[in-house]
Amino acid sequence: MSLPVLMFFVCGVLAVTGAILLIWAKEPIHSALALILVMVSLAVLYLLLGAPFIAAIQIIVYAGAIMVLFVFVIMLLNAGAEEHTDFSRLAKYIGLPLGVILIFWAAHWLWRSPVATAEGTGGLIAGPDSTRNLSVQLFRQYLFPFEATSILILIAILGALVLARKEE
Amino acid sequence: MEFISQHPVLVASVVKTLVLLFIVMTALAYLTWLERKVIAHIQSRWGPYFVGAHGLLQPLADGLKFLFKEDITPPVTDKLVYMLAPFLALSLALTAIALIPFGPPSVVFLHGQQAFSVADVGIGLLMVFAITSIGVYGVALAGWSSNSKYPLMGGLRSSAQMISYEVSLTMSVIGVVLVAGTLNFNEVIQRQSGPFWHWNVLGIHNGAFPQIVGFLCYLTAAIAETNRVPFDLPEAETELVAGFHTEYSSFKFAMFFMAEYANMITVSCLATILFFGGWLSPLPDSWAWQTFLPGAGLVLLGIYCAYDTVTQMRGIARIQLGVVTLLCFGAGLLCLIPAVASVIQGPFWFTTKILIILFFYIWMRGTLPRFRYDQLMSFGWKLLLPVSLANLVITAAWLVFGARHG
Repeated sequence: MSLPVLMFFVCGVLAVTGAILLIWAKEPIHSALALILVMVSLAVLYLLLGAPFIAAIQIIVYAGAIMVLFVFVIMLLNAGAEEHTDFSRLAKYIGLPLGVILIFWAAHWLWRSPVATAEGTGGLIAGPDSTRNLSVQLFRQYLFPFEATSILILIAILGALVLARKEE
Repeated sequence: MEFISQHPVLVASVVKTLVLLFIVMTALAYLTWLERKVIAHIQSRWGPYFVGAHGLLQPLADGLKFLFKEDITPPVTDKLVYMLAPFLALSLALTAIALIPFGPPSVVFLHGQQAFSVADVGIGLLMVFAITSIGVYGVALAGWSSNSKYPLMGGLRSSAQMISYEVSLTMSVIGVVLVAGTLNFNEVIQRQSGPFWHWNVLGIHNGAFPQIVGFLCYLTAAIAETNRVPFDLPEAETELVAGFHTEYSSFKFAMFFMAEYANMITVSCLATILFFGGWLSPLPDSWAWQTFLPGAGLVLLGIYCAYDTVTQMRGIARIQLGVVTLLCFGAGLLCLIPAVASVIQGPFWFTTKILIILFFYIWMRGTLPRFRYDQLMSFGWKLLLPVSLANLVITAAWLVFGARHG
C-alpha cells in the first residue's frame, strides 16, 4: 500500500471517528475538539487530492478561526455537560434505516461515477500552480458570484453588528 | 542501504527532521539563556553566572530540574484536554519550523542536491499560517481544562488576543505576497536577490513597493501573537498568577515554555524570509571575500573566549570556557574551507538575521511595560488593522498603476 493511500484511509477513519465523537461527546468542548479533528482530516484529504490551497484555507478558516470562536464561546458561557436522551421512536425505526440506505446509495453512486475512476480528479485547482489557477477562475470567470457572495457576507456582518449593539 | 536508495526523499526528510529537531531544541534552551542574560544586563545585573562559565550550562540544569520536579495534576481537571493542551502547543509550534528554508533550495551535499528545508511547499506561507492558527488551541484548552479561574481568564484573554492580532498579521503579510507574486518561501526570497536595499522591507527596485509599514505591522502583530511583552496579558502575573499555565507543573509547564520560544523563532523566521531576504547576503555578490565571514566571525568569537578564559575565569569555569574556545576555533577553521564556506553561507545569514530579530524581542521585554487589556484590543482593531489594510491597498494600487507608468 502506497503512502498516499495509507494516508487516505487513516484520515478517512479519523474524520468519521471525529464526526461520531462530535455527536457522542457530552462535554461541549469535546464536541468542538472532535469537529476540529474532522476539519483537519478533511484538509489532509484535500491535500491528497492535490489541492493544497483549499487544504490550507480549510485549516485557516474553519479550524483556525471559526472553531476558535466556538471554543471561545463555550469557555465564556462555561457550558456544562449535556445529557443524552433516548432515541425517539421515529429515529429508531425510520431514521436509522434511511441513514444506512443513504450511505450505501452514496457509496454505490460514487463507486460507479467517473470521478472514482478518473486519474486526476483535482482538475484546475490541482497541481503546483493551483493558487494562480484558482484566482484566475475566481476573478475572471466567476467574478460576479464571488462579489455577490462578498456582499452577502458583508450584509451578514452588518446584521450581526446591529443585533449585538446595545440599546441606546 | 537498499532502502535508502529506494526512498531517497523519505530518508532525507527523516534525517533532516531529526537534525532540525535537535538544533531547534538546543536553540530553544539557549534562547532562554540569551533572554536571561540580555535582560539582566539591561537591568544592570549579571544574570545566570554560576552553572558553567557565564551560566552556559544553566539551560541544561533547568531542563533536568523540569524533568525531575513533581508533576501535579489537579484532581478536578478534564484529564484528556489537560494532557492534550501542552502537547498541541509544542508540537504545532515545532511543526511550523519544518516549512522554513534555512538556506538555498539546492545545495550540493554528499554528492546529491539537497534543500535546506524539511518541506519546500508551493504555498509555504499559507501552510505556516494554517499551523500557527491552530496553535491557539494549546493556550485556550489549557485555560479551560484547568478548571480554575485564573487559567480560564488567561485562556479567554489569550484566544481573544490571538484571533484579533492574527487578522492584522495576515493582512500585513499580503503586501509582500503581492510584490513577490508567490506564496513559496524560496521564490519570495529569490525575488529579493541583490544587496540589502532590494529586500522587501526597503524594496526600491523593479517597481516593487517598500513594505516598511507592513513590516512594522507584522512585527507588532507577531509580538502580540506570541504573547510576549508588551502584549503578554494572558500571563500577566500581577493579575492572573501565571495565566493559562497556572495549574501546570514540571515538564508540562516546560512544554508551554518551549512552545512560546518556538513560536518566537517561527515568527522571526517569517519576518526574515518575507522582509529581510531570508538566506540572502546583505552584501553585493561581487564582494567575493564575504564567503569567509562565517569562519572569520567564529574565529573572532573564539579569540574573545580565549581572552576571557585567561583573564576572567577561575577553576572549572576556565576549563568549560576553554572547551567553548576550542569549539569556536574548530568550527571557524572548518568554515574557512571553501567547500564548507559555500554551503554555510545561506544558514549563516539566515541565523544572523533571526538572532537580530530575537534580540529585538528580548530588548522589548526589557524595556516596555505591559498594555492594559482594553488598550490592547482597541490598538489591535482600531489602529493596527486599518494601517495594515491601508498598506495592502496602497501596495496593490502601486503595483497596478505605479509600476506600469514608472
